[in-house]
Amino acid sequence: MTDTRDISVVVNGKSYGRAVDTRRTLGDFLRLDLGLTGTHFGCEHGACGACTVRVDGVAVRSCLMLAVQANEKSVQTIEGLAKGDILTPLQQAFQDRHALQCGFCTPGILMTMAEFLEENPAPSEADVRDALSGNICRCTGYQNIVDAVLQTADTLRKGRDAA
Amino acid sequence: MLAGRGRFVDDIVLSGMYAAAFVRSSQAHARIKSIDTAAALAVPGVHAVITYHDLPAALRERRLPLFVPHPTLTARMQHALAKEEVCYVGEAVAVVVADNRYLAEDAVQLVEVDYEPLPAVSDCKAGAQAGAPRAHLDLESNIVSRMLSSVGDIDAAFRGAKHIFRDEIFQHRGGAFFMECRGVIASYEASEGALLVYVSSQGPHRIKRALLDLFDLSDTQVRVVTPDVGGGFGPKGSFYAEYAVIVACAMTLGRPVKWIEDRRENFVATHQERDQYWDVEIAVDDEARIKGLRGTLTHDNGAYTPWGIVLPWISVATVPGPYVVPAYHLEMRSVLTNKVMATPVRGAGRPEGVVVMERLMDRVAREFKLDPAEVRRRNFIQPSQMPYDVGVIFRDGRKVVYDSGDYPACQDAALQTIDYGSFRERQAEARRQGRYIGIGIGNAVEGTGLGPYEGATVKVATNGRITVSTGATPQGQSHKTTLAQIASDQFGVPIDWIRVETGDTSKISQGIGTFAARTAVNAGSSVHVAAVKVAAKAKTIAAKLLDVREEDLELRDGYVQVAAIPGSPGAASDNARQVRKSLAELAVVAAGMPGFAMQDGAEPGLENTAYFTATQSTYANGTAVVEVEVDIETGRVTILRLVLAHDCGRLINPMVVDGQVMGGVAHAIGNALFERMLFDDQAQPLSTNFGEYLLPLATDIPRIEIVHLETPSPLNPLGIKGAGESGTIPTIAPIIAAVEDALSPFGVKILEAPITPQRIVELLGDAALGRTR
Repeated sequence: MTDTRDISVVVNGKSYGRAVDTRRTLGDFLRLDLGLTGTHFGCEHGACGACTVRVDGVAVRSCLMLAVQANEKSVQTIEGLAKGDILTPLQQAFQDRHALQCGFCTPGILMTMAEFLEENPAPSEADVRDALSGNICRCTGYQNIVDAVLQTADTLRKGRDAA
Repeated sequence: MLAGRGRFVDDIVLSGMYAAAFVRSSQAHARIKSIDTAAALAVPGVHAVITYHDLPAALRERRLPLFVPHPTLTARMQHALAKEEVCYVGEAVAVVVADNRYLAEDAVQLVEVDYEPLPAVSDCKAGAQAGAPRAHLDLESNIVSRMLSSVGDIDAAFRGAKHIFRDEIFQHRGGAFFMECRGVIASYEASEGALLVYVSSQGPHRIKRALLDLFDLSDTQVRVVTPDVGGGFGPKGSFYAEYAVIVACAMTLGRPVKWIEDRRENFVATHQERDQYWDVEIAVDDEARIKGLRGTLTHDNGAYTPWGIVLPWISVATVPGPYVVPAYHLEMRSVLTNKVMATPVRGAGRPEGVVVMERLMDRVAREFKLDPAEVRRRNFIQPSQMPYDVGVIFRDGRKVVYDSGDYPACQDAALQTIDYGSFRERQAEARRQGRYIGIGIGNAVEGTGLGPYEGATVKVATNGRITVSTGATPQGQSHKTTLAQIASDQFGVPIDWIRVETGDTSKISQGIGTFAARTAVNAGSSVHVAAVKVAAKAKTIAAKLLDVREEDLELRDGYVQVAAIPGSPGAASDNARQVRKSLAELAVVAAGMPGFAMQDGAEPGLENTAYFTATQSTYANGTAVVEVEVDIETGRVTILRLVLAHDCGRLINPMVVDGQVMGGVAHAIGNALFERMLFDDQAQPLSTNFGEYLLPLATDIPRIEIVHLETPSPLNPLGIKGAGESGTIPTIAPIIAAVEDALSPFGVKILEAPITPQRIVELLGDAALGRTR
């Protein structure tokens, strides 16, 4: 019932070569084969966004993508955001703004918003809410997440202006 | 959490661990004729396929535990795996254990269960009628409990009343839909008879209790650990069949076994709330003051009764709310249906009670052509009437006695914030532009901090570190921060000096868990009491060592030192540095020395365990006021503003409380506008993914405006009331009211929740044609 393929993939800057089942999802590959358990499954049907990672910079649902599809690609997960203990401005803003409660959806939201902010450096609140609408959070009511993203955009803008 | 270093159950990997997947009933009600497991067992990598008959004897003999029995209840509890009858779609019939989940799921597909379908009860109202099919073959009636809540002379109240208004109200609340589905790992060390269980729960102690009883084990044999939990909202407080089955698998196979629920299973097998039919009438005098309220509640209990009648009971006890209701007579019927069990979800039946009362308040206002806010004002319990005995019995078995609160002030605060006074002008102006906006008010009183207790141990280790251990278990409520904050107040140290341990039965012997907005009240009070005692003991020991008076000492920055003398700060601080003892030194002294007697017969150790016991629930209150716009073409509802004024007593951490409130409000918005678990007439679930069951998204939730009032509770040392559900409970009612208000030019009446766009368009059409349905 199982059929395997060899893949090579860069995850958070590190190269891996593995033989994987063709039906293994990218999310399971990250969690089970590489031990990167920061990526969470919330629905396994592409609706909740909790498992979002970036593949070649693009935010994708790792429950809907197969590991073999990531062959020769570069993947970034939640574990690849911070440099050691130094949080990114987005992660820091989530902490400052109490933008997470249980934290289960947070990795997917951070990965989604990281991509969003790169493409939209000066978003409005409506833009942020729209971009966030593919991620479900049951704890926060979203408001603190929206505020954290807006604060990050502001921080990054000030950083650019200063530079 | 932010860096991907959280540790949820599915992140835990034990050596040699197998994975399990369940075979679940595809039938709402059926007899199991046979189960053929041969093909599944033949799959390479499959180690076992277990049905009821393969379970350990202890588990075959027992049914799952009933958490809250009640004299009126005909209990129906399930076996860990169905024996010969299945009573809801999703009921566990068999389990497959394999090398990994992929293989286990392959094999699940190969297990053949031969069912003889039986008539199913899909609707609780139909199920309550004579001649209805039975939800279980051995039941005489689907009505498993009838309970009357009665206050005052209801007949006299209605006999003398000039104005009586009656409404039938249908309410549906969906499930919790925490983002992390359930999960459990069991590991059994046969040589020591030691069972270790990791489970995503709201309280490991109750899970442990259930396992002790089911498997006939002694207390020291079982350790249950709850690691990080991805949301709970009520249903993770239940004990589930899967937990018992996975433990049985681990015992049988001698390997650790993991089961992680997938989202489809979550829709059919995790407890949820559901349908309530209310038929109520209210009697008022010429001044619109309530004389009496009576009626019936028919409650959909689902297939078994793990929480007894807790849910409908809370609904019934919540109805009177912040109003003076001199006579009350509510008959509750809890009905078994062939659906997954209905047990508390955030709010736990309270939002439904609030909707009933607030719909009636709005009805009275409409009949009297009075401002809805004014009708409520005329009926509020006044602060001077506190403590106020409502007369009904709450589910903790005690009378509902509100301890404190200022309900008129709370409503006023909310109305002022939303600029209620100008709304009718704004509404008229909007209508001139062809826009339909409406406003609604919801008031609620919420029993919080339910007993019996939640304990806490506060301990200073010999290295000076302070640890707080409690049975309360966070699922994102920032309990650790809140409890550390309470302890740090006594020790004069920053909160990050305090380590809070939760969710492990090996850390504290007794625990109840997190539900009913009880942790800050119970565990918070225990932490306070224990920390006060430990701090006092530290002072006692230090006073002896330093030869000073205890009352001259203070705790600061990890030391017990002579307190600064007012007026001479410099001298005092010099003095303090010389005359002080670190908590580490004091803990060493308190631990005692081999061969030496304890000083003055003191108890060893710089630690204390307190089990704070509340004498009764403490009652928080809130007012939600909501402004909506309804698109009459599409039925789409946009929430323009939402103000929540609430009073949860003394606030420990406003940011945490605000976070709880905002999340709770979002849940209420889902309940009011989106969330509907659908079943067909044979009780087959029709909404089993997030495309069919809609949760509120960032684009659906407005910016929530929160106003805090602080009336400290006299019932606990910190004056706290619960906050975890305060956003949800008052907020469904005003959303429904606001939609109705927006559509008032069309004469639309809304006596149901949730109210979807499709239903709004239907109601508009009916109103235009003069129909009701």
